[in-house]
Amino acid sequence: MAIEGADLVRAAALLGAGISMGLGAIGPGVGEGFAAGKACEAIGRNPKEAGLLTRTMLVGQAVSESTGIYSLVVSLLLIFVV
Amino acid sequence: MAISTETWVQAASFLGAGFSVGFGAIGAALGEGYAAGKASQAIGRNPAMSGAILKNMLIGQAVAESAGIFALVIAMLLCFMDVQGAPMIEAFGLLGSGLAMGLAAIGSGAGGGYPAAEACLGIADNPPTQGALTTNMLIGSAVSQTPAIFGMVVAFMLMFMDWSGQPLWPGWAALLGAGLSVGLAAIGSGVGSGMPAGSSTAGMARQPGAANQIRTNMLIGSAVSQTPAIFGMVVAFMLMFIDWNGQPPSPTWAALLGAGISTGLSAIGPGLGNGFTAQEAAAGVARTPEASGPITTTMLIGQTVAQSTVIYGFLVSLILLFIPRGASESMVAWAAPLSAGICMGFGGIGPGVGEGIAAAYTVNRIARDHQGISVLLTRVMLVGQAVSESTGIYALIVALLLLFVV
Repeated sequence: MAIEGADLVRAAALLGAGISMGLGAIGPGVGEGFAAGKACEAIGRNPKEAGLLTRTMLVGQAVSESTGIYSLVVSLLLIFVV
Repeated sequence: MAISTETWVQAASFLGAGFSVGFGAIGAALGEGYAAGKASQAIGRNPAMSGAILKNMLIGQAVAESAGIFALVIAMLLCFMDVQGAPMIEAFGLLGSGLAMGLAAIGSGAGGGYPAAEACLGIADNPPTQGALTTNMLIGSAVSQTPAIFGMVVAFMLMFMDWSGQPLWPGWAALLGAGLSVGLAAIGSGVGSGMPAGSSTAGMARQPGAANQIRTNMLIGSAVSQTPAIFGMVVAFMLMFIDWNGQPPSPTWAALLGAGISTGLSAIGPGLGNGFTAQEAAAGVARTPEASGPITTTMLIGQTVAQSTVIYGFLVSLILLFIPRGASESMVAWAAPLSAGICMGFGGIGPGVGEGIAAAYTVNRIARDHQGISVLLTRVMLVGQAVSESTGIYALIVALLLLFVV
């Protein structure tokens, strides 16, 4: 069977979508977990500041999440737009 | 020049032998080297105990070596395999066998090094606890060898069972996928169960009176760390024992390979993450034996949440295995399921490790100050883990889109 160009491109886009989201999920997952761990450690030392520390943790994690969201956006583009 | 089927099977057998002992040598060498380094440090601290430390080091290294020896045995069998009249599918069984054993030996070999190292240090610092430390080391490293044994069981089945009843397409992908699934899934669990074995041995040297509590906590923690490897073995069994006759060759092959990759890779993260948590829990029980209740509870909650990504991986594997796909010769038809497996597999690694680290710090704090703070800390831990989970959920969403929408 001859390979058709459109089929090949679409297949590559789908494989790219999976690789993008799969690898892109590694960093934020580890990083946000580390932030959560350190926040718990800090709250343990100073429970009175629990509210402030939780807020800081969430802001930090949101920034760390960004590359994961980039991966998601690229995956969705590869699946639905390209 | 035509190459006969027998030649192909022979070539695959040799290639599998190389994979088996090649990958399998990594972990054992690392673990034993770590143990040797720490033994030297221990002898430096307490030269009078050098004989006992050396003996303990050798016993610990022998256990860590066993994963490497399993890999050597499988490689030897593959080298001298009789391939007379073997059908082409046997080639993939032999290749899968090598991959299963080689990859599965990495984690157990490396993991076995931790308890050996900590026992050597403990003997130097607290010589009277020698016997208890060696015993705990042996129990802990025996548990950390289990994932390598899962790999060996699947490797023997792939090698010696008769696969001629399975069609070459898509059966080849099922056999390779089975090897990848059990092999990759064992990496995280092997290292992860070595970590609590190490920290519990260190803790026992400092607090010999709490030995029973420490050992119990270590066994619970490492048992939970084993779960991801069990998921990998279950997927491998399904791939080997489902009858693939009558299934359309394409795209079923991609779904089967994807099923093995999804559970195999996604199990690495939770295996490691659970190990981090269990390591801190065992250390915490040693520091504050009266807090072993809250420590164990928080450890189990944290470990359970960290398991979630391997469960997503298992779910994607089940979808790939059991939802039939119509025959199609197009490339898109096979790219989508393969990509779904890769996506969920890699996507499960990070959150598993991260959530385990979050739980490890939490457990550590609860061990230091457990009066009234464990509820607050567990709550913050769960919020943090939920955020860390998000990328794993994105990976699941993309995998489901690839499976059902494309």
